[in-house]
Amino acid sequence: MQRNKTYRLPFLLLSLALIFCLALNASLGSVSIPLKDTLSALLGGPLEQESWRYIIWNYRLPKALTALMVGSGLSLSGLLMQTLFRNPLAGPFVLGISSGASLGAALLIMGASLLSGWFGTLLLTDVSVTIASSVGSLLVLLAVIAVAGRIKDTMALLIIGLMFGSITTAVVSVLSYFSEAEQLRQYIFWSYGSLGHLSWPQLALLGSVLTAGVLLSVLAIKPLNGLLLGEHYAKSMGISLKKSRFLIILATGLLAGSVTAFAGPVAFVGLAVPHLTRQIFDTTDHRVLLPAVLLYGAILLLLCDTLAQLPASAYVLPINAITSIIGAPVVIWLLLRKRKMIF
Amino acid sequence: MSATYTDAPVSHSLEARGLSVGYRQGKKVLKVAKDIGFTLQKGGLSAIVGVNGAGKSTLLRTLGRVQPPLSGQIFIQGNALGSIRDRDLASQLSLVLTDPIATRNLSVLELVSLGRQPYTNWIGNLAPEDREKIQSAIQTVGLEPLQFKKCYELSDGQLQKVMIARAIAQDTTIILLDEPTTHLDLYHKVQILTLLRDIAHKQGKTIVFTTHEIEMAIQLCDTMLLLDNAGNPFGQPCQLIADKRFDTLFPRDLIQFDADTGAFRVHKSAHDTQK
Repeated sequence: MQRNKTYRLPFLLLSLALIFCLALNASLGSVSIPLKDTLSALLGGPLEQESWRYIIWNYRLPKALTALMVGSGLSLSGLLMQTLFRNPLAGPFVLGISSGASLGAALLIMGASLLSGWFGTLLLTDVSVTIASSVGSLLVLLAVIAVAGRIKDTMALLIIGLMFGSITTAVVSVLSYFSEAEQLRQYIFWSYGSLGHLSWPQLALLGSVLTAGVLLSVLAIKPLNGLLLGEHYAKSMGISLKKSRFLIILATGLLAGSVTAFAGPVAFVGLAVPHLTRQIFDTTDHRVLLPAVLLYGAILLLLCDTLAQLPASAYVLPINAITSIIGAPVVIWLLLRKRKMIF
Repeated sequence: MSATYTDAPVSHSLEARGLSVGYRQGKKVLKVAKDIGFTLQKGGLSAIVGVNGAGKSTLLRTLGRVQPPLSGQIFIQGNALGSIRDRDLASQLSLVLTDPIATRNLSVLELVSLGRQPYTNWIGNLAPEDREKIQSAIQTVGLEPLQFKKCYELSDGQLQKVMIARAIAQDTTIILLDEPTTHLDLYHKVQILTLLRDIAHKQGKTIVFTTHEIEMAIQLCDTMLLLDNAGNPFGQPCQLIADKRFDTLFPRDLIQFDADTGAFRVHKSAHDTQK
């Protein structure tokens, strides 16, 4: 068989690009550290200044790993949504799933202030913010699915997703109107998106939730491929629709929810990366696409983050702004080349 | 597994008894067709015909368990359709529906390969045997030169063949097709139907399809089911002609069935009013 492609070369190149981007990302920042010393610090070698080791291990490496995980997680959830909804414009952001996470976070951050005193502060741990945003995103996702069951028109579904987003924004506005300056500030900073504030234990938590999401997605590979033909065909080939839909929704909720919880909303990555990946990997097989979007998403977000931290300056731009500036033109470009917009 | 079915006492491949099909919307029941009964043996091509809205597609989708029956029973190789698990049904019955496939970005080979899903492992890896079946399915419909093309590059007729190849690759004894010849020109209609007849006869499959091409079905099918809302006769085309069942299928103000040629003729008077 001539076309039993394994896509070894693109995978190898992407992996090398990922390692390069990781090193590049870790070597650039407000303090100038040569690439040589960055690598040396990571590998435990000697350094010109010992303080560099601290910067790299406690600031830059966690940040780079966060970027890697956020990029991978959002891209995979985008791929899952596009196949589940059979819509090339689906993604965690477009369908209001990120807004759901925002609502969860807002309710907790700003709502906790209403519960005055120590109980409120006790609620406001990173774990609870994560749980709140995950629950928020899962609820919106379930609402979208419930509507999706009644409505066959996918464009209508997207509009409904946007409406869910609007409702969320409205609720968040009401909450911010009543909340104190301190909490409002905390929420607004959360909504900028940030990759640079996670500690190692938080990273471990994000990593484990994402791993769970990826594992669930791997279990869903076969149903995902079946769903490429539509639900009736998938069912006729022996796929349990109920089970696989639940699996895919749960995976998306874990991936998009936890990422948004830890890093805030990061726009367009989930929508754009699956399409960019399909430009390289000429297949619809999720056995290939799944690892490919993980790699591609990680690379893209590492690059965006490298741009966001404005090399050789002390400023860090909001990551959400950077991904939108890059992502929105990509979506427009894809729409203009309509033929390729089929997923 | 399949060996036990072939020499089972009940050799009927597909059987319907007192079947009513339609839709339920809340408490409202919309009955599209009722009193349907037929028995299909292995290795035959059968058509379901009737006027628009007679319930051809509804019946086919009910037989394929895309929607539940309102009442009555369906048996597949002697087992009640409702009692068969999804996964087991997938190796006994395959579908070619009118639903557009969700993505046309699949290559022909990828799409046909999906037909092996009931047999592949949890992640869908293809065993050598699966690859053989896929290639032979592609050969059966004559798509070897196109197998690496994307579905969006294909014509309607080619895409229809791909969907048929997928159903063949699924390796089931029963294949149900919903209007496989719509949107095709006369030549390709005949091509698809003769292809289906060959597959039914040579591979011993039970193939059922819905169609508006009554004249073509009369020539090519082994049995036909007429949804005429008056007993829904089922039998061999020549028998149905002899029983004058086609004469009353349509309102007779415009067309008339000609038993000698097995075709419908437009009334002379209809000609005149046109002039």
